[in-house]
Amino acid sequence: MKWWKKSAQVALSVAVLVLAGAAQAADKIVISNWDGYMPKDLLERFKADTGIEAELSVHATNEEIMGKVTAGGGKGYDVLFVSSPFAEALNKLGLAAPVDHSKIPNIKNLYPEAMQLQHDPGNTYSVPYTWGTTGICYRSDLVKTEPQSWNDLLAPPEDVKGKETMLSTDRWLMAAALLAMGKSVNATDPETLDAAKAKLIEAKRNLLAYDDTVFYQKLVSGEAVVTHAWDGWCNYGIAENGAIKYVIPKEGSDLWVDTMVITAASENKDAAHKFIDYVLGVDNGKWVVENIMYKTPNKAGMEAIDKSLFEKYPNMAITPAELLKYEQLRDLGEGQKAFSKTVTEILAAK
Amino acid sequence: MALKDRSLLLVLPGFLWLGLFMVLPCAIIFAMAFFERGVYGGIDYGIVTAENFRRAFDPLYLSILLDSARIAFAATVLSILIAYPAAYAISRAKPALQPALLLLVLLPFWSNYLIRTYAWMVLLNREGVINGFLRWLGAIDQPLPMLYNEFAVILGLVYNYCPFVVLAIYAALQRLDPSYAEASRDLGAGATTTFLRITLPLTLPGIAAGAVFVFVLSIGNFITPDLLGGGRLQMVGNLIYDQFLTARDWPFGATLSMILIAVMMALLFLQALATNRAHGGRSHV
Repeated sequence: MKWWKKSAQVALSVAVLVLAGAAQAADKIVISNWDGYMPKDLLERFKADTGIEAELSVHATNEEIMGKVTAGGGKGYDVLFVSSPFAEALNKLGLAAPVDHSKIPNIKNLYPEAMQLQHDPGNTYSVPYTWGTTGICYRSDLVKTEPQSWNDLLAPPEDVKGKETMLSTDRWLMAAALLAMGKSVNATDPETLDAAKAKLIEAKRNLLAYDDTVFYQKLVSGEAVVTHAWDGWCNYGIAENGAIKYVIPKEGSDLWVDTMVITAASENKDAAHKFIDYVLGVDNGKWVVENIMYKTPNKAGMEAIDKSLFEKYPNMAITPAELLKYEQLRDLGEGQKAFSKTVTEILAAK
Repeated sequence: MALKDRSLLLVLPGFLWLGLFMVLPCAIIFAMAFFERGVYGGIDYGIVTAENFRRAFDPLYLSILLDSARIAFAATVLSILIAYPAAYAISRAKPALQPALLLLVLLPFWSNYLIRTYAWMVLLNREGVINGFLRWLGAIDQPLPMLYNEFAVILGLVYNYCPFVVLAIYAALQRLDPSYAEASRDLGAGATTTFLRITLPLTLPGIAAGAVFVFVLSIGNFITPDLLGGGRLQMVGNLIYDQFLTARDWPFGATLSMILIAVMMALLFLQALATNRAHGGRSHV
């Protein structure tokens, strides 16, 4: 064989490999999600069942993925897991693709209530993954009176002073004061923001700490007796100590919804739809409840779980109809500037 | 090729590295400080403003900067007080033993900063190991508030940065010619006088290097105040972190960063002056 012939053959086979690689790359999607927020083997099973390769990229906060997506126009990502106000913002910025329900047969697994969410009625650009409330998680055996109102957190009784934590994530921190005042959790007018600020600076003096991650451990150890908490995270504490309880204060809660959004920049929207369809399957819905201990709008998944969980974790039994009574956190648009300035001032205050 | 050209060639990679990854990013941050934030993060280039600087000097933020400086200063002084005797002891130990002792100083760095900080939380919290022990002894009835306050933050900073000071002072002590101290003793000075008039002044550059190190790392730290201060006590590092990662106000974060960089540069300049003086004014900066 002449040397050039051999070279040509090598070149040809390299070209074939490259083309094959390119074809394969087109069938690959990138998912960005919080760490541990979906089953570990989900992507493997998804590949085995559909032949589509999916890669997981992890973000720690909504803001982080929002920063990446706004900077790069969403290129390099196909499906994003974000909280609803961020989904709303992505949509306003034109970074979210319309959701084609005909490509997601499992969307029938959702509760009818989950198709009427305030931020996106009819789920046109986002599909809900988990939902729940924000309230007070406390040690019923270590408090003299059980908390019932946001004011029990903001102006605690003597025995709770210095033994309570609050969430410092901006929207939820503010929501505690806004709800206590009977205001909308999306208020951004200066008077309301100032009043909420005064309340929260006052509340800060009685805190053990701000804690958005391991507050339930502080309850278990007894270091804290009252904590500002998302219902699902309170369950991590309940799992370890039966005296830990969760209550939605009488003034109400927000309804938080974590959603899945397909990026407008996705080059493989069919595969992205298939992925969302896969996540909405019964088994994955069940996994979310049993492992993350959150409620899911996936009716089929909720119905598949062991019913004894509802007894052990009463907040799991909050019905969709009840959830929908609460106002959702919405994208604040221009109001965000004054809002985050207020939060910075609260966190900086002494 | 002339010697000068060749040396230029040798420093070129270093300069390029610094230029690309240090000077340029700093210039970008500096420029960012003069614009207004976008609604969803990023920068609104339409508006040029000095408002961010005005805001940074608002008493609220200024007090955080001063608090951070005070906390960093306290951590620095404590670190030196702890590190100097340790470094002195190591430098006087048997030469064969010295590497092992230095290794012990560096041992904490083998585990992650976060894990070491969480370990302090286990020790210091109200239901923690130390309070439990004191209560068991009957020394206290009410747990001591040792966590989520300034004490815990300073403790965390000293714990984490003290080893650097030990190394810096040890290096200075090693360089010290023992004949100076011997001469001092021969001329009738006591041990204290010798230490205060010979050893201490000559190791001042080491102390200064260690001190600047602790101060600069402490004032910009945000993990320790967040975890050991419980987020209630903010340092300027937390403020900057929040501006970029949650408030989405990059220009204000950039402004605060610039102020912090200015403070650090002033300190490094002072340190260079101190080193220079200690070397009898011979310029080698």
